[in-house]
Amino acid sequence: MLDSRIINALREVVGKDNVTTDKADLLCYSYDATQQKFMPEVVVHPSTSEQISRIMKLANAEKIPVFPRGAGSGFTGGSLPTGGGMVVTTERMDHILEIDQDNLVAVVEPGVVTEQFQKEVEKVGLFYPPDPASLKFSTLGGNVAECAGGPRCVKYGVTKDYILGLEIVTPTGDIITTGGSTMKGVVGLDLTKLMCGSEGTLGIITKIVIKLLPLPEAKKTMLVLFDSIDGAAQAVSTIVRNKIIPATLEFMDGRTIDCVRQATDLQVPEGARAVLIIEVDGDREFLDKQAQRIAEIIKPLGVVETRIAETPAESEALWQIRRSVSASLRKVNPDKFNEDICVPRSKLPDMIRKIDQIADRHGVPIVNFGHAGDGNIHVNIMIDKKIPGELEKAERAIEEVFKGALELGGTMSGEHGVGIAKAAYIPLELTEETAAYMKKIKKALDPNNILNPGKIFLDN
Amino acid sequence: MKQLEDFREEIEQCVKCGACRAHCPVFGAEKHEGRVARGKVALAGAVLDGEIDLEEKVLEDMSQCLLCGSCGAQCPNKVPTDEIVAAARRRIAEQKGLSSFGKGVAAVLGRPKLMDLLAKTGGKFSSLLFKKLPEDSGLRLRFPAPFLESDRTLPPIAGKPFRDRVPEVIEGREGEPTVAFFTGCGINYMYPAIGEALLAALKFVGVTVIIPKDQGCCGLPAVSAGAQETVEKLAELNRIALTRRPVDYVVTACASCNAGIGKIYADFGGEYLPLSERIADIFVFLARHGLPEKLAALPRAAKRKKVTYHDPCHLRTQGITREPREILKALPQVDFVEMEEAGTCCGLGGTYSVYHYDTSKKIGARKAGYIGASGAELVATDCPGCIMQLQDSINHAGGKARVVHVLELLMEALPDLSKGDKSE
Repeated sequence: MLDSRIINALREVVGKDNVTTDKADLLCYSYDATQQKFMPEVVVHPSTSEQISRIMKLANAEKIPVFPRGAGSGFTGGSLPTGGGMVVTTERMDHILEIDQDNLVAVVEPGVVTEQFQKEVEKVGLFYPPDPASLKFSTLGGNVAECAGGPRCVKYGVTKDYILGLEIVTPTGDIITTGGSTMKGVVGLDLTKLMCGSEGTLGIITKIVIKLLPLPEAKKTMLVLFDSIDGAAQAVSTIVRNKIIPATLEFMDGRTIDCVRQATDLQVPEGARAVLIIEVDGDREFLDKQAQRIAEIIKPLGVVETRIAETPAESEALWQIRRSVSASLRKVNPDKFNEDICVPRSKLPDMIRKIDQIADRHGVPIVNFGHAGDGNIHVNIMIDKKIPGELEKAERAIEEVFKGALELGGTMSGEHGVGIAKAAYIPLELTEETAAYMKKIKKALDPNNILNPGKIFLDN
Repeated sequence: MKQLEDFREEIEQCVKCGACRAHCPVFGAEKHEGRVARGKVALAGAVLDGEIDLEEKVLEDMSQCLLCGSCGAQCPNKVPTDEIVAAARRRIAEQKGLSSFGKGVAAVLGRPKLMDLLAKTGGKFSSLLFKKLPEDSGLRLRFPAPFLESDRTLPPIAGKPFRDRVPEVIEGREGEPTVAFFTGCGINYMYPAIGEALLAALKFVGVTVIIPKDQGCCGLPAVSAGAQETVEKLAELNRIALTRRPVDYVVTACASCNAGIGKIYADFGGEYLPLSERIADIFVFLARHGLPEKLAALPRAAKRKKVTYHDPCHLRTQGITREPREILKALPQVDFVEMEEAGTCCGLGGTYSVYHYDTSKKIGARKAGYIGASGAELVATDCPGCIMQLQDSINHAGGKARVVHVLELLMEALPDLSKGDKSE
């Protein structure tokens, strides 16, 4: 247990109201979206980089584990306080410091919620494309730490593609900056990229310099129903081969459609075994033409029905089918393991077939949907944990899903990271030498292994 | 009423995704996990599992909820955190007793005659109790009272409560339905003009209106305080008062009363269901009677006011957002403008703003900012509680906008409507 000397020292740094050891508070910072629970010993709410620097210096001197936390909405346990110690939450560092319209750059604190940032930049005609499903509540600091993705990544790329620079507090308490606010910059090692997706193991992000784009004038949404997943997957390749990159290319497999059909009154015909939601954006005058062109080139691929939205309300109605998935899954089973494998996009039907076989072999329902445009599949293994043996079945299925993705040249995580949930499977994807190289970096930067220990690598 | 144990399944349905963080006004102001639905559900689960007692911090977190229902409405698994928190408060009241303020709430609300007497006395001495502020300050009146902060602005208590001003039955046209008007405390004691506007609207429609003298508070403030016995007592009192004569609808012009009778009483089931099923917000009722279309047919006024609308939580979470807007947009003297975040809570939360005025003010300040940005001269809404809180927030922000009930604006257009209406 942390003694009162440490607690008092923390109070001196951030003020007594921002340090808590009450059991109720510890409980409230013991979980994330993995639903696993690890009790911290203290929760600290800093509000400046300098405070975090002092906290890290204290923690490093006293060898206290520190677990940085944004919104605690991760799916792999990246912010869970697995080793007791202290949770340092950046949720109150939530100021947008600058939106530079001349240079299309913004500077924010890590606790800014992604959607709030998007709304603010859109007010001045600018655009921050990364849009993880959690964008209404996840923070930009967390997005950077996990390198969040989202539906728009097929055209616009992921979080790391928009981060020009960072201010971070190192595990030993130094405040350093990486990159800068210029579009180009090649001085020294690219620490910005190293930090993006490092899951809070190499430093605590305290400021983020973000690249912005001009806001596309308009967007057009279409929903296409196919009679097979092959048709949908071929449609993705066909669209791309025709030199059209939609802003989003979302898919749902047949089992997902069944869930939606059962749980809602949304009209999806019986013959539909795969759905693509395609959104194109850009100049208004080109959109109708582009949507029509897409509809024409994919028509021979088993299209059951094509719906093109003409108004924002119609667009919203089409997205409603995708949005209803999450809630409808509970009709299948109460507990869900949401994995986020990624395969080359042409391999999508192969992967779905593999997953269907795994589901049948283990007798567990697996429902797939996700970002077809970049081959990122959300594999949802649905079980009832209360039934003996179900959890083991799910675990066996998960391992086979990961192996299947790797066999097809994919990865076991497209956007959720490793955290604790996938740490055991790291040897499936990384060679011993690659893992050792990464661990050397961690060891060099965090000699006492106090920053987010136990994440990514089991022996870290 | 349901006990905390009865919510175990709902508590287990919380998958800790964090979606509630986007919708909780208290979390938005406080940025602490204990203030958001996910945290409260975790604590409620821990209490049930015996992992934590009802210690001071748990009490504090459970008190930090407006019961606005925003989290549950947006939750992917529809976890009813407001009901879980209300059940936790009842548990706290059982084990620890009501707070001193909660005792006051229960004592006054549970005895309508005492409430009437207090209000009448307050009304009589209103000019002495209230400190009149200069008209140009934007502030209205301050009310020095125990439990209330001295910088809060409140409307004066009506000299004569609304129900004392009107007959119990107002006959309508033959063949039209009969409705009971549940006035609620806000209209009866503070905003009788809203009640008069409602009667004018119902007279235009031609229905027979019954305003039972012996109705009481709907009980929502008692739910908020965890005073279960008082809630049950008020539900029974209102059930008897409102069903003494057969009515087709029970109309409300207060979102909270609408939810109190429609939702809380529905949970009692049985003989309360016929009452709950008949509840109708006044704008839903008027929209069903074609009022927006009739208003839209009137010529537009030369001088119009820029008006925005604030969604009261207790209507928004029931999906009632369209009807009041339809009426506002159709009013000839109104230029409707939508404000940003029209659907977020104003921060009142009934007894919440008494316990946590500082946080309530922070939530209200955010709302006042959106009102200011909309450029509206008037903010219209459908809940006396929201009117009170919004005006207080605008006053604190130094804003110029005035808050009114949509009915007050409708009242201005009714004479023109009556002239043009051929149905009479």
